[in-house]
Amino acid sequence: MSSTVPATTSYWKRNQQRLAPWLFLAPGMIMFSIYVIIPIFESIWISFYDWDGLGAKTWIGVANYVELLDDEAFYTSLKNNILWLVLYLLAVPAGLAVALFLNQTVTGIRLYKSLFFFPFVISQVVVGLIFTWFYAPDFGLLSALIKTVTGESIAILADERYVTLGIIAAGLWPQIAYCMILYLTGLNNINPEQVEAARMDGAKGWSLLWNIVLPQLGPATFIAIVVTVIGALRSFDLVSIMTDGGPYGSSRVLSFYMYEQALSEYGYRMGYGAAIAVVLFMIMMVFITMFIVRMLMQERNA
Amino acid sequence: MNSFKAALALGYALTVSTAFAGELVVNSDQTDPAPKKAMETLIEGFKAAHPDVTVKWNNFDHEGYKSAIRNFLTADAPDVVSWYSGNRMAPFVKAGLFEDVTDLWTENKLDDQLKSAVKSMEIDGKKWGIPYSYYQWGIYYRKDIFAEQGITPPKTWAELIAACEKIKAAGMTPFAIGTKALWPTGGWFDYLDLRVNGYEFHMDLTAGKVPYTDPKVKAVFEKWGELVKPGYFIENHAAIDWQDAIPQFVQGKAPMYLMGNFAVAAMVDGGLKEDQIGFLQFPEITAGIPMAEDAPTESFHIPSGAKNKEDARKFLAYLATPEAQTKMNEVLGQLPVNNQSAKSNDPFLKAGFEMLANAYALAQFYDRDAPAEMAKAGMEGFQQFMVKPDSVDAILARLEKARGRIYK
Repeated sequence: MSSTVPATTSYWKRNQQRLAPWLFLAPGMIMFSIYVIIPIFESIWISFYDWDGLGAKTWIGVANYVELLDDEAFYTSLKNNILWLVLYLLAVPAGLAVALFLNQTVTGIRLYKSLFFFPFVISQVVVGLIFTWFYAPDFGLLSALIKTVTGESIAILADERYVTLGIIAAGLWPQIAYCMILYLTGLNNINPEQVEAARMDGAKGWSLLWNIVLPQLGPATFIAIVVTVIGALRSFDLVSIMTDGGPYGSSRVLSFYMYEQALSEYGYRMGYGAAIAVVLFMIMMVFITMFIVRMLMQERNA
Repeated sequence: MNSFKAALALGYALTVSTAFAGELVVNSDQTDPAPKKAMETLIEGFKAAHPDVTVKWNNFDHEGYKSAIRNFLTADAPDVVSWYSGNRMAPFVKAGLFEDVTDLWTENKLDDQLKSAVKSMEIDGKKWGIPYSYYQWGIYYRKDIFAEQGITPPKTWAELIAACEKIKAAGMTPFAIGTKALWPTGGWFDYLDLRVNGYEFHMDLTAGKVPYTDPKVKAVFEKWGELVKPGYFIENHAAIDWQDAIPQFVQGKAPMYLMGNFAVAAMVDGGLKEDQIGFLQFPEITAGIPMAEDAPTESFHIPSGAKNKEDARKFLAYLATPEAQTKMNEVLGQLPVNNQSAKSNDPFLKAGFEMLANAYALAQFYDRDAPAEMAKAGMEGFQQFMVKPDSVDAILARLEKARGRIYK
């Protein structure tokens, strides 16, 4: 009878439908856990140790976190991270403005679009170097300009009052381009009938933008905010290239401080670095949770 | 029985042959033109002396090397590595990653020949590497500008201040410096501390035995303030690297520069003739304190995980010889550590050699004498002081807090 079929095949046959998706997911899931999930828990684990990365680990409990609470440099980094977060979001409206400006049909518009998009294509390292020269005292374009206008020269990257603002300005340049591209694609998908109908009803200018165009750009805005927030929180390369955290540590952000403590020339405090990373992760989690909740809600409504 | 003996003999022959015709793996970070050429000279010389050893040299990028060494020492150790002496090698020594080479020193009587570097190669009474080169620090000044302004090279602090006043009055800034990378501030702190409080105090401080809130440390910053507050350092130094300050020196906008001897090459590249550049020892501050100097030493070490330690020892022994050090330092433009090496004709090296030969003691440099973490915190404080000299108390309190944590 049919019961002569070996058990193994019958198990596969019976559960094929259920197992197949997992098998297809397996490579991705294994990679994701090796490179993302497991390291997250490992970092949290290391943050409870005193470890130089070479010798023996010593369990010190929450001592790293206690030290963080009393660490000036940590608060400087945190403050700068918040500054980054707030100011970096300017990239979203600025990107929208550029996109609206470029969303027209004139000769050579493709060229203009690509010129505006250019800063996003070049590497962050190059952006950092360009702005370092731009700000450089003596020969930099901006400091020369400031000198002719005010008669005083300001070395933006050497002044603790301006240094973070200067780096954020450099970061905004490619980020605006990124948001612009997101909005340009969004604008392509705008329903022309709705716009026409609105025009017939007498809407124009701001009210047209606010009531008709922007609601349709919702998904683009969402993505733009997500990438900008994440970009602001993981800002590292520009700080590293332009100031190396200086002058005297006043332009540090959390990710850079973590690198400095754990991996740089004078660092090697793996536990302390990991503790900083955990704090940064918690901050990111707040935003990530917000985004995920919003996305789930939208899916449910759709 | 016979076959067993044969197998033994074969085994013996195999081990011996690998030991003799071994491959020696050397890792180092000499990518700049002069150090690279010096390294090639060294390897060629070694090959000539030991033709049975093949040398495989992995040359790393300077910055990348600092993190790479931590990986390869633990994972796949080469036979010889370049690193720094003093406290910079302490983590590797403490973690058991460097080989004790005291035997090489005793066998080859190096305690006499490499005398000036004995202290910096020693941890726990053992030697952990072979030094081959060092260079002096001091004030490089524009001879032509000094002559123009009628300034004689200052020998005391009062003379230095007077010279600064004169230079400032003539519309120049006395000192060039670029502190973006932090370490140039370490040279200033070292010299001020060595001259105000002396070598022993400086060593105690960098070893964490003295609090940074000590009035003697405060006194160092008071002297420093006498240069910072009147604006005797170029503006915006926190935004530039040491090379970026060279043009100011070359253009005569800042006619003095406290630097290591390697700066001369950059000054000459910038268009100065050698007779326009003068070298002077950092002036005396507290009268009667013997003059100690900064002279960072470069060295090679054997990782404890090395596979070919026998040839590695041969390599280090060769590196210690006066001939090898003479040849190498000729190319490097630095001073050989071995005191039996031939002397150079370069005027700056001559001056440096004279100064260091008569020095009371040699410090390695702030970021090598102090542990890395303390060095970072310290030099950041120095930079802050050079921008905001009034916050000295806050800076010293912060450094003291760091000291309490780092040297438990």
